[in-house]
Amino acid sequence: MGLIAEIEKKITEAFEVFDHECNQTVDVREIGSIVRSLGCYPTEAQLHELLAEVEEEEPTGYIHLQKFLPVMTRVLVERSYQPTPEDVLLHAFEALDVNKCGYLTKEELVKYMTEEGEPFTQEEMEDMLSAALDPETNTMRYKDYITLMIVDDV
Amino acid sequence: MGCKTSVPCNATKKSERCKCLLRAALLIQRWYRATMARIEMRRRYCLNIFQSIEYADEQAQLQLSNFFTFMMDHDLEMTESNFSLAEFERRIDVPDSYYGPRLKFPLTVADANALLDAFKKEELLHARYVLQLLHETRRVLKEMPNITYLSTSYSKEITVCGDLHGKLDDLLMIFYKNGLPSEKNPYVFNGDFVDRGDNSMEILIILFAFLLIYPNDLHLNRGNHEDYIMNDLPKIGSDFKKFILQVHGKVILYLLEDVFSWLPLATVVDSKVLILHGGISDTTDLDFLNLFERSKVREHVHVGLLLSSLKNLAAVGPHEEDSSRDPTQKEWQQTLDILWSDPRNQRGCIPNKLRGGGCYFGPDITAKLFERYNLKMLIRSHECKQDGYEIGHGGKVITIFSASNYYEDGSNRGAYIKLNPDLIPRFIQYQVTFHSAHSPPRINTVEGAALKALREKIYANKTELMEAFMSKDLTGAGKLSVSDWAEAMESVLQLELPWRTLRAQLARLSADGRIEYTSCFYDLEIEKPVEEPSLVETLCKYRKDLEMIFNFIDKDQSGLISLEEFHHTWRLFCAHMGVETDDEAIIKLANTIDYNKDGYIDFSEFLGAFHVVHRLDKGK
Repeated sequence: MGLIAEIEKKITEAFEVFDHECNQTVDVREIGSIVRSLGCYPTEAQLHELLAEVEEEEPTGYIHLQKFLPVMTRVLVERSYQPTPEDVLLHAFEALDVNKCGYLTKEELVKYMTEEGEPFTQEEMEDMLSAALDPETNTMRYKDYITLMIVDDV
Repeated sequence: MGCKTSVPCNATKKSERCKCLLRAALLIQRWYRATMARIEMRRRYCLNIFQSIEYADEQAQLQLSNFFTFMMDHDLEMTESNFSLAEFERRIDVPDSYYGPRLKFPLTVADANALLDAFKKEELLHARYVLQLLHETRRVLKEMPNITYLSTSYSKEITVCGDLHGKLDDLLMIFYKNGLPSEKNPYVFNGDFVDRGDNSMEILIILFAFLLIYPNDLHLNRGNHEDYIMNDLPKIGSDFKKFILQVHGKVILYLLEDVFSWLPLATVVDSKVLILHGGISDTTDLDFLNLFERSKVREHVHVGLLLSSLKNLAAVGPHEEDSSRDPTQKEWQQTLDILWSDPRNQRGCIPNKLRGGGCYFGPDITAKLFERYNLKMLIRSHECKQDGYEIGHGGKVITIFSASNYYEDGSNRGAYIKLNPDLIPRFIQYQVTFHSAHSPPRINTVEGAALKALREKIYANKTELMEAFMSKDLTGAGKLSVSDWAEAMESVLQLELPWRTLRAQLARLSADGRIEYTSCFYDLEIEKPVEEPSLVETLCKYRKDLEMIFNFIDKDQSGLISLEEFHHTWRLFCAHMGVETDDEAIIKLANTIDYNKDGYIDFSEFLGAFHVVHRLDKGK
């Protein structure tokens, strides 16, 4: 089987995990998860661009595999939205850590994540805090956090 | 880095700094969202794995259940199940050394509390009391209609609970949070009280006890699992088994099956809220369902055909065909639909091929039923939901599931519904857990369990899988492309799973990007093949079934069965499995199996026998 066919199978599999009704459609809100679970790291803006390509002319709230497959195949073939290497991620945290103390305070973290870049929703912020913050000091030791969150590549 | 917004700053240095911060934040956000998505994916496919295996197993169990039902119907000991309370008392002695609860009928709250205390301490209830309890429960249930109509008058809130599946801790949690059942605290339990968890009998005993004490306030709906008693047998702890089942086991089981068949089918609250276990279909007829004799429906699938073929082959002697005891096609179909169906978002009604029974029903089906019967809400269970409940069909259909950690510690919460007289549901969630939850590690536990279950299934199907692999491996290199491997896995195991996504957890890749397919059968942690693969493989596949069968034949639970008993049951089992039998060959076989020639077959000899026949049959 050719490379393209293999990629298409992988995309279809990932798609079907979220296809609850087994009818080749997924809720549009799950597209982000599907794209990311295939190893891509798009920004929200990039994701919206992608969505525009796969949505129906009259958005129904559902995305069809037929439309999703060619677009996603292209993304994977072109290796768009490459993942963040661990060291680059560490540098990013270090850049936010102005005092270079090895940790971020809760206030700093909330400020950067909800005011800069593509801001987190309140839910995303709460989720991150619940896993990242050390409850005793209310700080995030980002090096430890990164180690905790590294998901094995499949 | 894709940073598109510009940051208004004064000095260049400051502007540089701002840009740097912006880039850093963006990078972290991007990474975080990708990581969370991948965790979500893993959670989803874990659920997929568990569900596929669960539903596939259920179908196999259905068949075995039919077989045992047939066998029990032919056993003369069944007359014992029709003794009266007094006769049980006279015939079954409870020794002074027994310190468990001693029930007095009619039951009171004191008896219920005694039972709760006993089960919390993992004590047992003596067989005589179990039998009396079941006898009384059957008597009370027989007087109830198929559909019970309740009202929330007197400003009573009604509590509705979903599947418990033998998880006693969850039932105790519900009683702790919500209080015990009483006239002021009515409950509806929506089926699937048994199977999977370790305490099915305890849950039944508690629920039946409260039913007897508060028959107007404790309501039970039948679930699709209130049928599979035989399958629960090995899971009942071995002490319990020895103690309770030694002499009375089969009578208890027979009585239980009868009680199950008398469980009501549905409950309606204030004529507006319909509560039943599975769902509905486009032909669901509540008037019809309320009228027929519900206890006729005892097995759920492939009833007539299988039973009649077994009866023909077994030739157990003249047996009165009482066909009026068999359900009609319509009775069977209507019951199957309400116990097995699942809702889905797409319109229409199609057969539920995942389950092998019932259908998938869409919001239009729900709307039609509601219009026909003037309903406002459907509360059902039957499906595990991560949050313990789920609302669908625009708020009209609620799924409520009360067994937390159903698949594995951390897999899901349980929940129950409080329904007030305005019929607005309130959801209370909980999770019985023994260590504090923390997101990433919890996924690992659930994932570990899912993969373990999947690996067991892979191992149990090794022969067929190797055949499939080798047929695709034309060069005999021991390697296959990922897609060939995935195709083989799916076609042999008949499980629709994301094989490519799971590949890393199941098989090794060689340097050229192809899969070394024999690595599927290694324990990937230890990387060492287990000895005697074919015997282990067979045992994995049939172990549960064989243990059940052995225990059933072994009437006195001595751990030994006589050669005649073996022969008789073997013929029935082969008939069920569709394998040809040859009397002389079987007698010879039985003698060969009795390895130590003591005239009896013990469990390991029994397993050996089955393994031999299985392989012989494969060779044909």
